[in-house]
Order: sequence, then C-alpha cells, then structure tokens
Amino acid sequence: MTLADLKRGQQGIITDVSSIHIPLKLLEMGCLPGNSVELVQVAPFADPMYLNINGSHLAIRKETAIHIQIETTNE
Amino acid sequence: MSKQINVALIGNPNTGKTSVFNALTGLNQKVGNYPGITVEKKEGICKLPRGVKAHIIDLPGTYSLNASSLDENVVIELLLNKTDKDFPDVAVVVSDVENLKRNLLLFTQIKDLEIPTILVINMSDRMAYKGISLDIEYLEEQLETKIALISTRKNKGIDGLKELIRSYKELSTKPCMDASSIDVPYFDNLRKAFPNQLLYKLWLVITQDVNFGKTDRKTFDKVEDFKTKSKTDLKRLQQKETIKRYQFINETLKKGQTIDLKSAKDLRIKLDRVLTHKVWGYLIFGIILLTIFQAIYDWSSIPMDFIDSTFASLSEWTKNTLPEGAFTNLLAEGIIAGLGGIVIFIPQIAFLFLFISILEESGYMSRVVFLMDRIMRRFGLSGKSVVPLISGTACAIPAIMATRNIESWKERLITILVTPFTTCSARLPVYLIIISLVIPEGRVLGLSYQALTLMLLYLIGFGAAVGSAWILNKILKIRSKTFFIVEMPNYKLPMFKNVALTVLEKTKSFVFGAGKIILAISIVLWFLASYGPGEDFNNAEQIVTEQYASESLDDDELQQKIASHKLEHSFIGIAGHAIEPAIRPLGYDWKIGIAIVSSFAAREVFVGTLATIYSVGNDKVETITNRMAKEVNVKSGKPLFNFASGISLLLFYAFAMQCMSTLAIVKRETNSWKWPMYQLVLMSAFAYIVALVAFQALK
Ligand SMILES: Nc1nc2c(ncn2[C@@H]2O[C@H](COP(=O)(O)OP(=O)(O)OP(=O)(O)O)[C@@H](O)[C@H]2O)c(=O)[nH]1
Ligand SMILES: [Mg+2]
Repeated sequence: MTLADLKRGQQGIITDVSSIHIPLKLLEMGCLPGNSVELVQVAPFADPMYLNINGSHLAIRKETAIHIQIETTNE
Repeated sequence: MSKQINVALIGNPNTGKTSVFNALTGLNQKVGNYPGITVEKKEGICKLPRGVKAHIIDLPGTYSLNASSLDENVVIELLLNKTDKDFPDVAVVVSDVENLKRNLLLFTQIKDLEIPTILVINMSDRMAYKGISLDIEYLEEQLETKIALISTRKNKGIDGLKELIRSYKELSTKPCMDASSIDVPYFDNLRKAFPNQLLYKLWLVITQDVNFGKTDRKTFDKVEDFKTKSKTDLKRLQQKETIKRYQFINETLKKGQTIDLKSAKDLRIKLDRVLTHKVWGYLIFGIILLTIFQAIYDWSSIPMDFIDSTFASLSEWTKNTLPEGAFTNLLAEGIIAGLGGIVIFIPQIAFLFLFISILEESGYMSRVVFLMDRIMRRFGLSGKSVVPLISGTACAIPAIMATRNIESWKERLITILVTPFTTCSARLPVYLIIISLVIPEGRVLGLSYQALTLMLLYLIGFGAAVGSAWILNKILKIRSKTFFIVEMPNYKLPMFKNVALTVLEKTKSFVFGAGKIILAISIVLWFLASYGPGEDFNNAEQIVTEQYASESLDDDELQQKIASHKLEHSFIGIAGHAIEPAIRPLGYDWKIGIAIVSSFAAREVFVGTLATIYSVGNDKVETITNRMAKEVNVKSGKPLFNFASGISLLLFYAFAMQCMSTLAIVKRETNSWKWPMYQLVLMSAFAYIVALVAFQALK
C-alpha cells in the first residue's frame, strides 16, 4: 500500500520511494525507506496530508504521497 | 588583525538563524515561526573579544545544498564561489535541538566543502521539555567540529559562540564522512579529471544548475565520463547519498543523543488535532479573522479621535500664533493637515501589524497553509501563496518577497501578480474614512456594520486576487514542476520582544515612508491650490462680491464663497476640472479626482490630499471627517460622499494598482517591466469599470 492509503492516526514504515517522482527535498527531510511515518491529520478530500515522518512534522500533497510505499505497523 | 572574519549563518529553515544573527550583531532583523521568513542575504557586524570584528551574514534557510527554490539558491551560490567577497572564513551551521537528525544532513554536506565549520545547537531551553540530553564531547569528536549549545531566547551560550568564532583557525576542515563511496569508480574518474577541485563541489555542480565561478559547466561537458550518467541515474545516486548521510548521522546520534520519551511532551499534535481539523480548523480560522477586524475598529477609535482633534488644534494654534503670511498658511493648511491625514491611522495600522506578527510568531501560519492548499490549488496558487496574501494586508512589498519560497515558478509568478489585490495597510486610511462617512453605525450580532463592511472589503480584495489567479492559470503557458512540502513547526508562545519590535518597526516605516511622500505632495498641492493664473483667481474678491451683491450675505458666508471661487480657479482647480469629465460618471468631483491622481504615488496620500485641498483658505479649523461630511455636490446639492459615490470609491481603491513601490518590486522579482505594466493597466482599468458600474447602479 502507499502512504495515500493511510488512515488518520495510523502508523507505518516506509518501504520504498520512487525517486523519479519524489522531490529530493522530501528525501532529505527524512522520507527514506526504513523510517517511520504517522498520518497526523488530513485536510478535506484527504489532501494535503499532515505527516510525522521520523520526527519531522510536514505536509505534502496526495499526488506525492501515492509514490511512497509503506507497511502499516498498528491497528 | 585588521581583516574582519567573514561568518555565514547557515541552517535549516526556522532553526533560529536570524535570532542568532540578532544576538550577535544587536540588529533587529525579522524573526518568525514560519519556515522562510528570511529570503535575502542580510549583513551585520559583531564585536568579538580582544577587539576582533566579525562580518556576519544571515542567510535564508535551506534543507540541503540541493536548492529547490530561489531563496535556497542564495546559500549555494555563496558557498561555491570562493571569489565572492562574502565567502565565509567560517560557516556557522545553526540547528534546532529538537530536529537534530535532520539538521545534521546539511551539516555533513557543508563539512564536505572543507570550510571551517561550527555547529550551533539552538533552542537548548526546549531540551528538558522534550527529554533530550546530549553528549557534546562525543558529538564534537564524531562530527569533526566545535559545538555551541545555545538558546537565543534565554540568551545563553552566545559568549561561547563568539569565542569559537574568534578562534576559527583552530577548527578542523576535515569532512566527517565519505560520501563518494556511493559510486567509487565514478568518483575516482571525476577526481582524476579535476585533480585541483573539491570532489563534493564537482558533484554539486554536476547535479544542479548553480553558478560556479570561473569553472563553468561547459568544461564538464567535455569530460566523457560526466555524460555517461543520465538524469535518473544522477537522481538515484543523490538518493543513495542522502541515505548514506543519514546512516552516518543515525550512528552518531545513537550514542551522542538520548531522548527520554516518557518525559517528552507534545503539545503540537494535540493542538493540531483541533486547529487543522476539517471543520473546526476552518471555523477557528474564520473566528480569528473576524476578531481581528472587530478589534481594529473597537480598540482604535479612542486614540484616533484624540489624534484627529490634536491635529486640528495644532493647525489652529499655528495659525493664531505665527505671524500671518504664506509660510504660516503652508504650515497650517498644507503640512500639518496632510500629516494629520496619516498619523491618525497609526493605531489601526499598529493593531493590524500586531495581529499579523502574532500569527507568524505562534506557528499558526503553517496551519493556514495546510488548510488552504487544496482550495488555493484550484486557482493555480499554492497553499504557500496564503502567506503572501495574508502578510499583504500589511504591505505588498514584503509579501511579494515572501513568495520566494514557493517552489514552482508558475505558482510563484501568479502569486506575485495577484498579491497587490489584497487590502494593504495603505488602503486602510481610505477605507476607514469613507466607511465612517457612508456606512451607518449600528450593530448586528455584536459586530458593527462598519467593521463588517471593512471585512467585506478585505474579502473582495482576496476574492479579486484568487479570481485573477484562476484566469492567469488558464492563460499563462508556463510548464514548471509543482510540488509542495511545508513544515509544521512547533507552536511557540510569541516572544514579546519580537512582536513589539515588528510592530514598532513596521509602523515607523509606514509613517515615515508615507510621511515623506505626503509632505512633498501636500506642499506641491498647497502651492497649486493657493495660486492661480488670470482674472478669475486674482480678482476673486471683487467678482464674488459683485455676483452676490443683490443677496444679503453675512461676512462669513461671503468669505466662504470667495475662498471656494479662488480654489476653483487656482492651478489645481483648473487641472481638476480638466480631469473631471473622466471621473464624474463614477460620482466624484474634481477634488476627489486630484486625490485619486496623487494616490498613484501611494494610496495613503488620498486623505492627506483632501485634507490639504479642503483646508486651503478655510478659516475655521475642523477635523478631516467633519470637513468631508459637509462637502456637497454642486449639481445635486446632496452630500458629495453619499452611499453611491462612497461605494464606488471603495471599490476603485480595492482594485486599482496605485503604488509605485510595489511596481518596482514586481519588476525586480520578475525581472521584466512587462508584468508590472500589465498590473498597472489592467488593474486600474478594472477598478474604473467596477466603480463606474457600482455608482450608476446605486445612484
Ligand atoms: N524556544 C526557543 N525558540 C527560539 C529560540 N531561538 C529562536 N526561536 C524561535 O524560533 C523561531 C524561528 O526563528 P528565526 O530566527 O526566525 O529562524 P530562522 O532560522 O532565521 O528562520 P528562516 O529565516 O525562516 O529560515 C522564532 O519563532 C523564534 O522566536 C530559542 O533559543 N528557543
Ligand atoms: Mg531567518
């Protein structure tokens, strides 16, 4: 599943990022395989998404989130 | 040691670089809890122990040395050009103790450039709250650097930092890790081809478009090996590099940092569950805006009345005390009246700045960006465009500069073009005075009609911005990558000193900036209004006395008639009558016309201009508002500022592009005269049409 499928409050581990579609800046902010991610809050229509990636609190758009593969870890 | 030490402050956005800069230099650059407050290089001098001086450069925040927006580029260009006069002798990397892991990424990159580097770990006051403890000695050893653990908020550790800067020659220039192991053969070839260049510098130049001093990119194209990598390959390598760096950082922090999660508190998540909520979030945002408008009205009426009457009596006092003559008149009627037209708005402007700066300092701004992104995107804008649009309510100039952290050029250009529609503080004087004349007092649900009208005008400005963005998005054929990442900083209690300084600085520059223009314009206007050519002006007394000979006017009334006859035939009267045909359909007379023309220099001149024109030759000194209320339309005999003409004026000012300084900034930021000229012509034409339609419909 991808980051875009995560429910509010759910946590997961990033398994793969498609480096062509993801801006380097996001990788540099900690969005890398192996790091944990939590969906803190979503705006209407689940876009943008407010995430806690490895301790960095940031918001990205859904169109970016679909390129990040994850595995859920709770619930 | 006569040479100054060049010090560059580098670090992730919002880590407190500008706060460190202010602490070192004693200057007051703008600080705020939003990533991307600083967008330009700022310089200052710091006195170090033993009479040494340091030249400190504050830079925009950047997440890494791979720039993705204009403000970040400033940093990279500086670090890669050894010939730059500001090239640092020592780099001070400022990091936030709560985000050390991410902050160290940039640090390892800078170490690879082999510049002497100091690591500042800022916000040490938050360590206990977050349960963080650090092994500084171990970190210094692993990172090949000296560390200054400081808190600018509590003013701790600054002297230690100064000492480290002074003895910068003792710092190690050794990289703390080896990034070239991500692709050994490739980097080996590169090293052989350019033995005199730094490997990491070469790598940076290959992977991005940066200006690299004398060795320009063309020399790289000649190297066969450089061509073997495709864009995607390079990107994959960059990803590998990032992972590699994080591995090193994680290793280092595993031993160097302990976080006691039990004692850590996280207010941010709790607050954000409400403040960024689908429903509550928007509701709270709306309530905050409403409160601001109501407060601007309710809290400032008393000081405003006071200022208004003070200026009226000052003007009268000048007339009565100084010897009669042209100079006294110029002073009392031109200068004092004109300045009064601006000083009166200080309370409201100060309140506006106060609220904006609290929003910025608390960290709430990023939440608004989050809430608005989806909506703004429909109109070709970015969530980040909200920040310029909100800070544009103070002034469009810093707002346009604030667009520099928008990654996509198209979104940025559109934001620049539409920002002047937001209701800046210079429009406020015009709005306030017209509203007080044409909108009745009274309240609905505890909100005054006048405050609601003001809010409506802000919404109209915002609507115009968004609407024109939508059109521009359809017309402009610019393809640019769009992506959107915004950090959600921790909430912070606004620091009184930062807020107070911002309010003070901004208000001061509003008053002095506008004051200068108003002073000049009111002097010119006064001359033009006090002198005139020909019979009609010079023999006014005789002409008017004869004209009204049959009617028995008392002396006062007669003087009044003479004064107004003189004004009509003064230079300004003649000019005003010449433009009157163009503005009569909008419901204005020639005096308003002159005020509109002079406000093309700056909008806030409007009230001052009217004040000057009205007070010329008028013996009775009155407040500006009273004077405007008495003005009648010569044709209809009704008040000149009535509902129809008032609304028409409000709308004209809402849309017209009347600010030279904004045009100049747009030219600078877009690098062409084309865009500001479009703005000037299209916005003003639109304003004219809307005002025309409004007046014709309402009259
Ligand atoms: N708690 C705490 N807050 C601090 C400290 N230093 C700065 N801040 C706050 O951190 C926020 C960011 O400060 P700035 O100095 O504007 O940060 P900057 O790095 O210049 O930010 P940009 O210019 O946007 O890159 C502000 O809200 C400051 O009040 C500190 O020592 N402790
Ligand atoms: Mg700054």
